Amino acid sequence: MRISVQEDDFDVGLEIDALCKKQTRIGAVTSFVGLVRDDFEAPIIGLELEHYAEMTQKALTNIGKEALHRFDIFDLTIIHRFGYLALGERIVLVVTVGSHRSQSFQACEFIMDYLKTQAPFWKKEKTSRGNIWVEANKKDDTAFDKWNLGKVKE
Amino acid sequence: MLKVLYFARLREIFGIASEEISGVPLETVADLKEWLAHRGEVWSCELASDKVVRAAINQEMATDVDKIHDGDEIALFPPVTGG
Repeated sequence: MRISVQEDDFDVGLEIDALCKKQTRIGAVTSFVGLVRDDFEAPIIGLELEHYAEMTQKALTNIGKEALHRFDIFDLTIIHRFGYLALGERIVLVVTVGSHRSQSFQACEFIMDYLKTQAPFWKKEKTSRGNIWVEANKKDDTAFDKWNLGKVKE
Repeated sequence: MLKVLYFARLREIFGIASEEISGVPLETVADLKEWLAHRGEVWSCELASDKVVRAAINQEMATDVDKIHDGDEIALFPPVTGG
C-alpha cells in the first residue's frame, strides 16, 4: 500500500506501473484522478488545498487498510496533493489492483467516497470574484453512508 | 491541558490556528464547543448555531459525545472537502 500526501504533482502512468510490477496475479487495474475543475458561475483560477498535516497520512492509511480488508484486491495507491493547485491540475489519485474488475472498481469508488468525508482536506477556490471556501456536498455524505450498509467481500 | 486546533474557515474567522486551554473541566467535544461559544461574537456564531462543525481527537475523527482527556489534541473544522 502506498499512501502519499504531497505538494508535487504525480505521474499517473508511473504510479500504475509501479503498483503492477509488484506481482503477476493482477488482472484488473482501476484508477481515479480528481482534477481542479472550472465553475461557470464563478470562473476558477485555482484552489488552495489546506490540510491537517498530522492527521492526513493517518486518515488515508486507515482508508486504504479498510479497502484492503473489505474488498478482494491485492494492493492500492492513494496520493493526495495540498497547497496551491491551478485550474486543470491533478488533486488526487487512487489506484486499486486485483484479479477481476468488479472488486477493483468497487474498492476504488469506496476509497473516494470514504476520503471525501473522512480525510481532513479543505478547498478554497480562487475565483475572479474572490476567494471562497468550498461547501461540503450532501451527496458525499450519502455516498459514504451507503458503504456502511453491509456487504462487501464476496 | 488541551491543545485545540482550528482549520479552514474556522481558523480564518477565529483568527488563530491553535491554542492551549487548561483549568477548565470539559468532558466531551460538545462541552468544549459550548465553552468556546461563550466567548461570544464569531465563536458563538460558528459553534452555537446550526452550522456543522466536525472534530477530531488525537487525529481521529470524533463526534460531539466523545470524551476528551487532559493532554489531548482536539481539532475543530468545517466538513471536509478534499478529493
